[in-house]
Amino acid sequence: MKYLCLVYADEAQLAVMPQSEIDALIDETVANNQELQASGHLLLAQALEHVEAAMTVRVRNGRLSATDGPFAESNEQLGGFVFIEARDLNEAVQIAGRIPSARIGSIEVRPVIDLLRERSAR
Amino acid sequence: MSHGVAGELRERIDRLYRSESRRVLATLIRLLGDFDLAEEALQDAFMAAMEQWPRDGMPANPRAWLISTGRFKSIDRLRRRARFDTMLGELAARLDDRAAPDPAEQDDDILEDDRLRLIFTCCHPALSPDAQVAMTLREVCGLTMEEIARAFLTSPPTVAQRIVRAKAKIRAARIPYEVPPRGELTDRLETVLHVAYLVFTEGYAPASGDSVVRSDLADEAIRLGRLLVELLPEPEALGLLALMLLQDSRRAARTSADGDLILLADQDRSCWNRERIAEGTALLERAISSGQLGPNVLQAAIAAAHAEAPTAQATDWDRIVGLYDLLARADPSPVIELNRAVAVSMRDGPSSGLALIDAILERGLLDAYHLAHAARADLLRRLGRTADARAAYQRALELTRQEPERRFIEQRLNELARGPGGG
Repeated sequence: MKYLCLVYADEAQLAVMPQSEIDALIDETVANNQELQASGHLLLAQALEHVEAAMTVRVRNGRLSATDGPFAESNEQLGGFVFIEARDLNEAVQIAGRIPSARIGSIEVRPVIDLLRERSAR
Repeated sequence: MSHGVAGELRERIDRLYRSESRRVLATLIRLLGDFDLAEEALQDAFMAAMEQWPRDGMPANPRAWLISTGRFKSIDRLRRRARFDTMLGELAARLDDRAAPDPAEQDDDILEDDRLRLIFTCCHPALSPDAQVAMTLREVCGLTMEEIARAFLTSPPTVAQRIVRAKAKIRAARIPYEVPPRGELTDRLETVLHVAYLVFTEGYAPASGDSVVRSDLADEAIRLGRLLVELLPEPEALGLLALMLLQDSRRAARTSADGDLILLADQDRSCWNRERIAEGTALLERAISSGQLGPNVLQAAIAAAHAEAPTAQATDWDRIVGLYDLLARADPSPVIELNRAVAVSMRDGPSSGLALIDAILERGLLDAYHLAHAARADLLRRLGRTADARAAYQRALELTRQEPERRFIEQRLNELARGPGGG
């Protein structure tokens, strides 16, 4: 079963982290991804640019609107994701707990729906 | 067959349902991999028993019979539905395939583990605390939706919705049906024990409503505690059961005939249930001999110190303060600091306790907690500071949501009004 681990962190907090700590975090993250790759759990992992670089797109009444944002109310922003294959939620949570950023932010673990399979089950 | 014999068998099946249905359900969930399928299978199995046992006699091992009958009925059901849905056909075939050794004949260890699997799944941290409680009472304790709704002063549809959502989450997120491995056991057991204690406190000291004790829930929590101790005799599980038994031993003495709250110091100790105290104390000793003094064990030790005192005056407050010191280290929380402050006031006098409570309130920690203000009011009253005491009782009154506590505080306020320094 596939799970998407969404990595949230406070960008303001990251901005004031000393460069040495950021480098260490990146090294750890790369190493963790390599381990997940080797164990066959990793499907894809990516870090994301700051939310200032983001846009939000909507189509309403056939019209496209593209705006600056997101303007999250919360103080944590989506900073990256790790897409994994795991036996069940417990294994997914174990894997999420090893993501280095879990120590400074939080990881939301979302089970992935297989849309094609959902449709054929109807 | 005469009606008498048939009636007797029916009664035996009823009794069997009460004693065995949760075990059978726990195993069926493992075999069928789905809560709803397992519940249907359980009902089917008991229906089949009602039909066949009066004719063929009761099987030698009724539990094993019910498990395999439930499983086969479920496979049949899936096959019938499979005419419309090929996926169910595959599922039925897979379930049938696993059949090689009759799963119902597996040894007791595996079947006992099924009960633990059920408990740990119902109390999975991915479920909200409300859902954990509802699932545990429904699936592990076998309460009906109506009973759960009544106990928590909510409507049966609300409870049903919580349970449906929890089952959907178990399915969608694939929450495994397993006993956590050793490394995770302590944390996961903590959640389970927390659920049991939530059920108990809701029964013993409901957060709202017009009665002090809802004994059905307290009994249910103790039953759950016994089951946990039987299946997993960890020190904290022993400690929790001991704590619940010791607190529950005071049930009859805790309220007056007209439902008013009676404080520990004013209780008629001859009404305390000695059997529960003896059982609780023995469990506590077993837990302490393990050498691990977790929060539940320490709480139980404090309850035991009260239970052992023949009169309120003879309470060993020095020992209780010492236990609170350990507890504040094992499980730091402002509520524990508050209880410690009250114990200190009993040992060293009201002004020492008051200084501690004021320090906690100054940190802004318990300002919305009615018992903090009630405890403070009581110490002010004992110090003869009537006006301050009245203000503190007033604050507690604004914050309490429970009718007997409200009456108790109002009574104290009336006493203060009757004469300054009269307390």
